[in-house]
Amino acid sequence: MMKFKGKIWKFGDNIDTDAIIPARYLITSDPAFLAAHCMEDVDPEFLKKICPGDIIVAGENFGCGSSREHAPIAIKAAGISCVIAKSFARIFYRNSFNMGLAIFESRELWNIVSDGKEIEVDGEEGSISITDSDFVRFLRIHPIPSFMEELIKDGGLMRHLSKKKE
Amino acid sequence: MTITEKILCKHTDLEEVHPGMLINAKVDIALGNDITAPIAINEFRKAGGTRVFDRDKVVLVPDHFTPNKDIDSAQQCKVVREFAQEQGLTHYYEVGEAGIEHALLPEQGIVLPGDLVIGADSHTCTYGALGAFATGVGSTDLAAAMLTGEVWFRVPETIKIVLYGRMQKWVSGKDIILYIIGRIGVDGALYKAMEFIGEAVGHLGMADRLTIANMVIEAGAKNGIFIPDAITEAYVRERAKRSYTNFTSDSDALYADMIDIDVSTIEPQVAFPHIPSNVRGISQAGNVKIDQVLIGSCTNGRIEDLRVAAGILRGRKVAPYVRLIIMPATQEIYKMALREGLMEIFIDARGVISPPSCGACLGGHMGVLADGERAVSTTNRNFVGRMGHPGSEVYLASPAVAAASAVLGRVAGPGELPGIGG
Repeated sequence: MMKFKGKIWKFGDNIDTDAIIPARYLITSDPAFLAAHCMEDVDPEFLKKICPGDIIVAGENFGCGSSREHAPIAIKAAGISCVIAKSFARIFYRNSFNMGLAIFESRELWNIVSDGKEIEVDGEEGSISITDSDFVRFLRIHPIPSFMEELIKDGGLMRHLSKKKE
Repeated sequence: MTITEKILCKHTDLEEVHPGMLINAKVDIALGNDITAPIAINEFRKAGGTRVFDRDKVVLVPDHFTPNKDIDSAQQCKVVREFAQEQGLTHYYEVGEAGIEHALLPEQGIVLPGDLVIGADSHTCTYGALGAFATGVGSTDLAAAMLTGEVWFRVPETIKIVLYGRMQKWVSGKDIILYIIGRIGVDGALYKAMEFIGEAVGHLGMADRLTIANMVIEAGAKNGIFIPDAITEAYVRERAKRSYTNFTSDSDALYADMIDIDVSTIEPQVAFPHIPSNVRGISQAGNVKIDQVLIGSCTNGRIEDLRVAAGILRGRKVAPYVRLIIMPATQEIYKMALREGLMEIFIDARGVISPPSCGACLGGHMGVLADGERAVSTTNRNFVGRMGHPGSEVYLASPAVAAASAVLGRVAGPGELPGIGG
């Protein structure tokens, strides 16, 4: 369940939550509505070029700004399977784990891939593989704390709490 | 331990906590608004929740798209209102008694020193000014807290920020925090606590401290915090309706980093588009023509801010073709400003008064920018499209700079106005 394969779409440093989902659309929390406006102020073509399962690769401090959970909701509902950034802003980081969007930290990936490149991510193994003709390159993902791993395995914070109560 | 570590520890069964530890902590206040609470309420119900853990500790303030901006926003507010009614929440604030959450909660004595506060709003960090641990979380965290009264945290490392020296005229808490963000960057304190100490803190009133703590999230911090002193005590004593604890950092507490700042060297600051760290001193602002000025918000909508702005606008007029929007942060502040005659000064200067709301700050309503327009705003974010069209620009500054800019029609400090000393 923690394996992902898709084309990557690159963004720079400090992609804020207003860029991920502008505040003018926070009139609802409907995932389909939010997904329809995901990233539109940064890249108006974004939704046209992505396919289900694709991966966002970003620089430093991805998701900075507001606490809106609408940001990871929009990304997930747009069909993005996971986000790999050099670093994440802290509220976006915990929101993603809490609501079940897979995110990983890698400092190297951004520097060696370009838009449209297909990669494979194995969250359990903690690896990213990039195939170039007959050559496969592996990168390590920055390990996540075991508590956070539990959250993802249980399908988010609320399900984790329900499971603990049982 | 630091004050942050002590407050976190006090809310667990542990004897001691250290940076990096994952803990479950009990919350004193869990806050939501009309944007974030509907998702939390939905999650709460999905998890089988029927009663919140404590009806005195869950606080709901519809303040973002209120007074209701459109039908969808009205629906969201309705969800919040009905939940508050059903749960019999002590602290639910309807539009006529409310205001912007982060100005309202300290003003009403709902958050107090030593509290552990979470809010589904990133500027929840504001309450650190009172010596509380306060941090922004998402809607799912709020749902979990409403259900269990607890929330998970990774204990943050602390950066100690020592402020010393005397502030120059027209320099405020806003200029200090903008200067710091400009220096350390928007992720300069990522995952960390920012603790503000030093002799200059003694010259900062609560309004300035609230402004500083409000914007620590703009440096990526988990929380910002001031150690309670006589100024805190004077502010809290008349508002508190329950007991509270003043914590302090131990002399042998460990810090991840220490930054010394001589505040006497800081001039009024402006954050240029499109990131809060793109900060310049006002003397380096150049000639940037503007279309709108917004004075208000959870950052700078307190009575002290309005007094500074009114002092500059008294007997002056806003430049032609420039819109000035004044937005008192709470109804209480609105009343004080009326009583003190500030509103008359604003209206005579050709400003318009908005009801308390977050609307204009995040491009929601009541002050949205068109393509190519520029605003000087006393708010906290200037990302692309933050206040409207993605082609608009936001310049963040203090109420003094904002008021002077409104008169001059360009980004400018009060020192440039005839009859006002620099």
